[in-house]
Amino acid sequence: MTRKQLSGLIGAIALAGGLLMGGTASAEDKVGFIYVGPIGDHGWTYRHELGRQAVQNEFGDKVKTTYVESVKESSSEPVIRQMAADGYKLIFTTSFGFMNPTLKVAKQFPDVKFEHATGYKRADNVSTYSSRFYEGRYVVGKIAGKMTKSNVIGYIGSFPIPEVVRGINAMTLAARSVNPDVTVKVAWVNTWYDPGKEGDAAKALIDQGADIILQHTDSPAPLQVAESRGVWAVGQASDMTKFAPKAQLTAIIDNWDGYYVARTKAVLDGSWKSEDTWGGLKSGMVELAPYNNAIPADVVALAEETRKGIEDGSVLPFTGPFNKQDGSVGAKDGEALDDGVLLGMNWYVEGVEGQLPK
Amino acid sequence: MSGFDWMVPVILTVITAATPLVFAGIGELVTEKSGVLNLGVEGMMLVGAVSGFIAALVTGNYFLAVCAAAFAGAVMAFLFGVLTLSLMANQVATGLALTLFGVGLSALMGQEFVGEPVTALSKLNIAGLSDLPFIGPILFAQDALVYLSFAMVAIVSWFLYKTKAGLVLRAVGDSHDAAHSIGYPVIAIRYLAVMFGGAMSGIGGAYLSLAYTPMWAENMTAGRGWIALALIVFATWKPGLVLVGAYMFGGITILQLHAQAAGLNVPSQVLSMLPYLATILVLVLISKDESRIRKHAPACIGKIFHPAA
Repeated sequence: MTRKQLSGLIGAIALAGGLLMGGTASAEDKVGFIYVGPIGDHGWTYRHELGRQAVQNEFGDKVKTTYVESVKESSSEPVIRQMAADGYKLIFTTSFGFMNPTLKVAKQFPDVKFEHATGYKRADNVSTYSSRFYEGRYVVGKIAGKMTKSNVIGYIGSFPIPEVVRGINAMTLAARSVNPDVTVKVAWVNTWYDPGKEGDAAKALIDQGADIILQHTDSPAPLQVAESRGVWAVGQASDMTKFAPKAQLTAIIDNWDGYYVARTKAVLDGSWKSEDTWGGLKSGMVELAPYNNAIPADVVALAEETRKGIEDGSVLPFTGPFNKQDGSVGAKDGEALDDGVLLGMNWYVEGVEGQLPK
Repeated sequence: MSGFDWMVPVILTVITAATPLVFAGIGELVTEKSGVLNLGVEGMMLVGAVSGFIAALVTGNYFLAVCAAAFAGAVMAFLFGVLTLSLMANQVATGLALTLFGVGLSALMGQEFVGEPVTALSKLNIAGLSDLPFIGPILFAQDALVYLSFAMVAIVSWFLYKTKAGLVLRAVGDSHDAAHSIGYPVIAIRYLAVMFGGAMSGIGGAYLSLAYTPMWAENMTAGRGWIALALIVFATWKPGLVLVGAYMFGGITILQLHAQAAGLNVPSQVLSMLPYLATILVLVLISKDESRIRKHAPACIGKIFHPAA
């Protein structure tokens, strides 16, 4: 057996195994989920899996939910097509790289509804959805600016894409709004998930003087490092307090439950239509874990005020005046950047150190 | 911070980054010296990592946990031995399959344990010495596995080049037919070498789940098994150079993270691929000089042994 045949066979077995989990065809409406990672990743995929469970709990016998985990983006098309051909009514594809395969399959199955996470291409039967994680980062930035003693905040970046840069900038603006002396050091690890490397990045940042660690990667390793070194950290995607009961200030949590339940309901009652959803704190797609008890009451009050402000629309994180890192104007006084600018953000704001890798 | 004090935390981080590579590399070195190429290092490390983690969580005894990891790695390697040595399957394909199998098996075993933290393997503090400036924290305040990794390199080096058993093992790797014709049990020796490699990979994996990042998460080795494989070629099959290479590969990663945090403009992507570039460079260099390869690379590596032939 050649290598190619071998991996093909393994892929086929994995696919069959995944699809069988949901059982064979029945009278119930079937809802499918395609995940890019394992459901045990503690982070991104795990939160989508909780969303699937919420759908199952909500509708009970009326729907049958199925998932396929660890689907490579490059070979996702057959997996999506298999689900569509099997009579699934609604399919969630939960990674940016599933975008083109989803659209391709959607064209061939006009009666099946598709929901693609974090993408920007839609069709009559394809909706997109994403969450404004940066709103959570803005609230966290207020806390971080107040809590830091060294005035250095460390940030572990995955890849220098707008979504990650937006988070760094939102956090920096908020921190400097309450403490203008704050600088932010960024370490890029070029991976979404490598516990060892993420932990090493946290150590490097702490050694360089950072006393608060934020991350845009998926493992709790940086929080463990923060806990053992006695500095603060902020959890990512899930509440990671178990790994750092003393160090975790709060965590920025993805919550897809409400959206998944609402979209499934829309399919069941026939009201589903293609749209783009970019939800944040207000819609509950972004949540904050309970604040650490060690945070002083006035800081908690400030964070809560910021959170409520974002929810009611009176606080927009990217409101001027602020400068870009190179000293040019990022936004004029009172000007709030629109979503178009946010979606393409490829520059640091003032206060972030180092050069953004291109 | 004055003088060289800033280097202490950097070196401490490099040590933890290099230790799993030392274990996996030195184990696979012995396997390859016996003429067997086992590409399943990543899979064996993962199964070792999850086994060690579960044992630590259940028993609370880290000695047992490390033993469990070594045992689990050896069992995986035994499976590889049955397929390639007894049933004579292709070593490359079987090794790749072993990695894929290890990824899945470790995920299955660890399902119940995802999200459970465990206390990190404690550092040994050698009374008096660990308080010395600079060298104290580096040399005398590591966890037991770090010391064990150095000991293993010394033991393997001594075994391969100073003992008769080591000579026999190398003979089997260089010419299995000749070794067979003078009466050495080629298959049995290879089984032992392969299982030693598995045990070391298992401990390397356990270092990740018990000391480096004390938790279990799927696929937490994130490619370190493949770096260990590259490391052996980089070291031209010499135990001492495996140690040097592991610290160099670990050091590159850590230094680039420090450089970034210090605000230096280093292209992190380029540094991420440096270990592999270095390996390719070494491959090119040693290919030019045949005598160097002949001297240390096992001649029979990857070849199937047919006793009758």
